[in-house]
Amino acid sequence: MTATAPQMRILIIEDDRESADYLVKAFREVGYVADLASDGEEGLSMAETGDYDVLVVDRMLPKRDGLSLIGSLRDKGNRTPVLILSALGQVDDRIKGLRAGGDDYLPKPYSFAELLARVEVLSRRNVGPAEETTYRVGDLELDRLSHRVARGKDELTLQPREFRLLEYLMKHAGQVVTRTMLLENVWDYHFDPQTNVIDVHISRLRSKIDKGFERPLLHTIRGAGYMIRDGIR
Amino acid sequence: MTAFGKLIRTTAFRLTLVYLFLFALFAASLLAYFAWNTRRLITEQITTTVNAEIGEITDIYNRRGLRGLLFTMGNRALRPGANLYLVTAPNGQALAGNVGSLAPGVMGTHGWSETAYRRLDDQDNTDHRALVRVTEMTNGFRLLVGRDLEERRRLFGIVAKAAQWSILVVVVLGIGGGIFVARRVLHRIDAMTGTTKRIMAGDLSGRLPVGRSGDELDRLAENLNAMLERIEALMVGLKEVSDNIAHDLKTPLTRLRNRAEEALARSSCEGDYRAALERTIEESDGLIRTFNALLMIARAESGQARGNMDDFDGADVANGIHELYEPLAEDDGMTLRVKSAPSPIHGNRELISQALANLVENAIKYGKPETAAEPPSAEAMEILIEARRDGDHVLLSVTDHGPGIPEGDRKHAVERFVRLEASRTLPGSGLGLSLASAVATLHGGELRLGDSHPGLVATLVLPARAAGSDRLAAQTPDVPQKAA
Repeated sequence: MTATAPQMRILIIEDDRESADYLVKAFREVGYVADLASDGEEGLSMAETGDYDVLVVDRMLPKRDGLSLIGSLRDKGNRTPVLILSALGQVDDRIKGLRAGGDDYLPKPYSFAELLARVEVLSRRNVGPAEETTYRVGDLELDRLSHRVARGKDELTLQPREFRLLEYLMKHAGQVVTRTMLLENVWDYHFDPQTNVIDVHISRLRSKIDKGFERPLLHTIRGAGYMIRDGIR
Repeated sequence: MTAFGKLIRTTAFRLTLVYLFLFALFAASLLAYFAWNTRRLITEQITTTVNAEIGEITDIYNRRGLRGLLFTMGNRALRPGANLYLVTAPNGQALAGNVGSLAPGVMGTHGWSETAYRRLDDQDNTDHRALVRVTEMTNGFRLLVGRDLEERRRLFGIVAKAAQWSILVVVVLGIGGGIFVARRVLHRIDAMTGTTKRIMAGDLSGRLPVGRSGDELDRLAENLNAMLERIEALMVGLKEVSDNIAHDLKTPLTRLRNRAEEALARSSCEGDYRAALERTIEESDGLIRTFNALLMIARAESGQARGNMDDFDGADVANGIHELYEPLAEDDGMTLRVKSAPSPIHGNRELISQALANLVENAIKYGKPETAAEPPSAEAMEILIEARRDGDHVLLSVTDHGPGIPEGDRKHAVERFVRLEASRTLPGSGLGLSLASAVATLHGGELRLGDSHPGLVATLVLPARAAGSDRLAAQTPDVPQKAA
């Protein structure tokens, strides 16, 4: 969690009482303002009137299904970021969800860490930091135009993919980024490898940017993923 | 339904009835035509004879007068046969001939008529019928010449009787034949029905009886048997799969439950609980992965994933997967290399990438040389990903130099949840090759497992995109090869 002054407002539209209550509770515990709607119609009217940072929408809802809810929000010019939750997790379902106007898609069952990481990334987009040309974390600097990376006074040589990995991590500096998010955004694969491929890539990157420096920047967040930030907690 | 009721409801019997009706109708009309023609012929013959005789007699009358006429009439009337003669005076009195009585008024007419009559020499007092012609001669005398119609009537009677008999025979033989054929067919159909009922009751090994005649029923039975064969094979396959699912899903579920139970019973501090819960989450993640893989295979096998097909180069997929897995292989002490030539494909890029990723993961997991005594050579620790075009096909292959899969086990290895004995101890869902195979099948290709002496070559054989739509491959002529 970064020190954003106003509390993050999130609307959960989910008809299963138990998972909805769990989500509301979990989001409140990490400091969000979380509201709940239990069907499509209620969800639509709440999303239109309330000023939310992110909507978490179940795809199959009573009265109005998730995709049509998103469609009608977008038709009215509402650009609130939407994360779709669905039991339909195949690639084509995902594409359908994103085409309908969703910004991210998470198949059930999911871990809360994954959901939270994705919601954070989405809401950051809502605040809208301009696409900077240089990212900085501590003394690590990445120039997106010249593809140069430097830590302190040392120039670092990265492979193209390592550069993209670091670029994504730094774009979301201070936020947890999960392995699936990395696989999706850096490699553009949407399947679930049975092995720890991402960990190996991260450890290679780590050996280049952190090795020999006093303060590590790339941190492993247990049970969730990775985060790049200046070491002060 | 009674046996007879069942019999007459058969198609064979009903068809017999229809044919029987048509055939009887045909026979009747043939006979009617024959009878009518015979009658016409006889009538024609009578009129010709009568006309000739009237000509002759009129001639005699004209030449020799009334006496000559009466003399000739007397002679002719005495001849035996069916001819009738009568001459009357202007006052109506009969002068000569062999006619005893006539229907009244016949002599008053002129020309042809059919009438009842009696002969003079007739013993019995019955009326006969005759066809007669009356002409008026000079001086008011009238002449009648005719012929009895008994012959014509008898002939007609014979034909009518023949018609009755033949129709009766046709009907009896027809119905008998119909019953015979229907019973034969019914018997065989009953046998088939019996078998299908047994099969429906659950005995899938039942087969329909096939005769030796090779007729349409035998062919039908053969085809149905082939279908049953296929269904039985599918059912056996399904049962194997569900047994395997039960095993491979229940085992981790059981482990999960045991761990939770153990943690409840034994753990004393927060650290213990935390560790137990973390392991529980890990285990359930594994279950979810297995489940996702199963769903994906089902999707690919049912052809639902056909929606997201586009054109791409198989070389890019090979390079991408190489790039993703190269560090992992290196961490494991292996070398992952890639050799890629333009390989135009039309398909689902995501699925093909995953299939290739599965093959690479397998090679990393199982592709190490067996010999533990001496350190393996660099070559033996190498895994090669290759993409190339071979005629109408694109081959995406992964070659390792591990123990390989014995030829007899290769077919088996592709099946769902099958993990060869050698791999039982290593982690994995046993679905990797199944998914790769399902993806290949979805694209109209296949997964081939071969020998690389030693080691395994797993190849996704996919149909190449037609040459006409080759633009994509042409634009990226030589993808720079990334050799590790």
